[in-house]
Amino acid sequence: MIKDILSFVIGSARMALKGSPWYFAWLGLLGILVVWGGIAWWQQITQGLILSNMRDQVSWAYYIGNFTFMVGVAAAAVLLVIPAYVYNWKPIKEIAIFGELLAISAIIMCMLFVLVDVGRPDRVWHMMPFVGSLNLPSSILGWDVLVLNLYLVLNLVIVAHLLFTAYHKRPYQSRFVVPLLLVSIPAAVGIHTVTAFVYAGVAARPFWNSAILAPRFLASAFCSGPAIMLILFQILRRTTKIDIKDEAIWKIAELMAYAMFLNLFLFGAEIFREYYSDTHHLIHSQYLFSGVHGHSALVPFAWASLIASVIAFLLFLIPATRKNFVTLNIGCLLIYTGVYIEKGMALVIPGMTPDTLGEFYEYVPTLTEVRIGAAIGSIGFIIFTVLCKIAIPILQENDEDRDIEPEPAEAAVT
Amino acid sequence: MMMSDPDRRHGPDEGKVETSVDRRSLLINAGLTTMAAVSASVAGASSGFVERLLRTRFVELSAERKAEILDALERELSERYGREVTVADTPPMDGVEFGYGLDIARCVGCRRCVYACVHENNQSRDPQIHWIRVLRMEKQRGIELAESTAYYEPEKVPEPDAFYLPVACQQCRKPACVKVCPVKATWQEPDGIVVIDSDWCIGCRCCMSACPYGARHFNWTEPGIPSEEIKPDTHYFGNRPRPNGVVEKCTFCIHRTRKGRYPACVEICPVGARKFGNLLDEQSEMQYLMREKRVFVLKEDLNTQPRFYYFYAT
Repeated sequence: MIKDILSFVIGSARMALKGSPWYFAWLGLLGILVVWGGIAWWQQITQGLILSNMRDQVSWAYYIGNFTFMVGVAAAAVLLVIPAYVYNWKPIKEIAIFGELLAISAIIMCMLFVLVDVGRPDRVWHMMPFVGSLNLPSSILGWDVLVLNLYLVLNLVIVAHLLFTAYHKRPYQSRFVVPLLLVSIPAAVGIHTVTAFVYAGVAARPFWNSAILAPRFLASAFCSGPAIMLILFQILRRTTKIDIKDEAIWKIAELMAYAMFLNLFLFGAEIFREYYSDTHHLIHSQYLFSGVHGHSALVPFAWASLIASVIAFLLFLIPATRKNFVTLNIGCLLIYTGVYIEKGMALVIPGMTPDTLGEFYEYVPTLTEVRIGAAIGSIGFIIFTVLCKIAIPILQENDEDRDIEPEPAEAAVT
Repeated sequence: MMMSDPDRRHGPDEGKVETSVDRRSLLINAGLTTMAAVSASVAGASSGFVERLLRTRFVELSAERKAEILDALERELSERYGREVTVADTPPMDGVEFGYGLDIARCVGCRRCVYACVHENNQSRDPQIHWIRVLRMEKQRGIELAESTAYYEPEKVPEPDAFYLPVACQQCRKPACVKVCPVKATWQEPDGIVVIDSDWCIGCRCCMSACPYGARHFNWTEPGIPSEEIKPDTHYFGNRPRPNGVVEKCTFCIHRTRKGRYPACVEICPVGARKFGNLLDEQSEMQYLMREKRVFVLKEDLNTQPRFYYFYAT
């Protein structure tokens, strides 16, 4: 057993270190970005968060927005796991593992975005249960730490098991891995819900203090994560021998259309309440969509996000455009843009503008923040690239010499 | 004494452990910080060991340990500012619950309280941190935060068409900021003062999101205080100079009021708009005020139940 693990680890390392010049050029480019942003982070650690444009009025911004968006991306796995393992739909089952790889990368990015946002990264261990003083049950961020870690560990274990068994050309242990996959579904819902509750629980910020914030998070997450997956699947089937069927891609796109519909519907419900009741709370939505007293930094982004989401919804809804790969890919990019703006900027910043005493401080990120964000994005891409680099040959090889049909998945819920 | 309530013990104590620099440095390394959250779930496996480690540290927190920590802080601060700085941990007094009263009819918006507070509590001068924010309101509108401004610069105050609403920490009975803190770095003391342990705060700023009164302020960089302006008589939870990267707030001048003195803002106010006292004492100014005047609190709909009362004493 230990020998098997050792050979798996060495074999994986070998696969990660071997590759075409393009592979290394890509990693090199990402590496440069990591260094560039890493230097910015070092400056931020030594001089303080004053290098960001966050201030007391807008005390969470770019980092936390990105964190929130990345929690959504981590949902990609679920949209693949549900059809694959709950409905036992084979075309998706074969590729579900890539959703988990993306989830791992996204969760690590989430943690990094929180790490660069805190004023005292040297004290982050205070949040560790038992060692530190995690404030449960009262702190929602405390719960978020727990569920994010749970979700990360689940996905790590699942992926490690699937790859390990495939590497040794054995069938995977359904009885071990399928229950974990099923647990990962509520865990994914959990990370979104709890992250939404971090905002929704804040009575001082009426823009966030909404009961439908968590459902909106889920709906938008089920669009943004898969949008990356769909583009990735097309790249994979061009560049490798991994077989990804058109129908798998179209099915995912169809599910995304439903999710986007729900997202837009919930958004509309929120907008109706805000504008029709027209209370003092409306000012945050006004700041976002039309600007207030000449403060209008977010207005173009807000509309771009909304328009992109609506167009993408239509492209994914109509079967003809959904099944055309040009329009499908345009739709993916639009969804990605739309949700990135919605969760990345249009949620956090208007929630804090104006601040609780009515002051307008218009936030735009500094270069330091963008550099650090780029570094974290690059780290995520590096992790994802290397994981794929290891997973693809293992799965491909398995594909060729089997069929090692995994044990029938009778454990799957039907 | 603050130890009367066993629950309270938790907060102050764990903060102090961390003042021990050598101990902290043991735990600080890049790997740990990055993976802290990751290991959180892994820790389950070795929780027995970890728990024992934790218990040892808690038990360790004897009176001597605290004294050591305060001594170390005093040495460090005295050296940094080139004069003797004392750091006390004066506990709450029995039978005392502090309350604050502010007469809106009297306040002239001079902002003397703002700067008295800055000096008394060693707030950063560069960049500026103000625990008190004086909002200018239009008389025609009444209290309307959305239309108020803290950046009024007239020749003279008060302006004829304006009145002023100073806002600082409301020392809520149900503090939203305490509830959200992920590491128990902030809590309510038995005398009602909401304090922060700046040696335990991780600077996540959840509390700043949660506070409806903008009362919490962040050290976006190393606070800049000229040595000659340092206030040397300090309290661990109050006006001792705070480090970069942590949140700070008004503590009703904990270093003064726990010794029976008024907060600096009450003392400086040239028009006597600020009142302070023990809510539990029938002879106190605060009880008189609440009996004889009609008071209100800010954002009562949020159910934070402030100990900071506004009134119009006309």
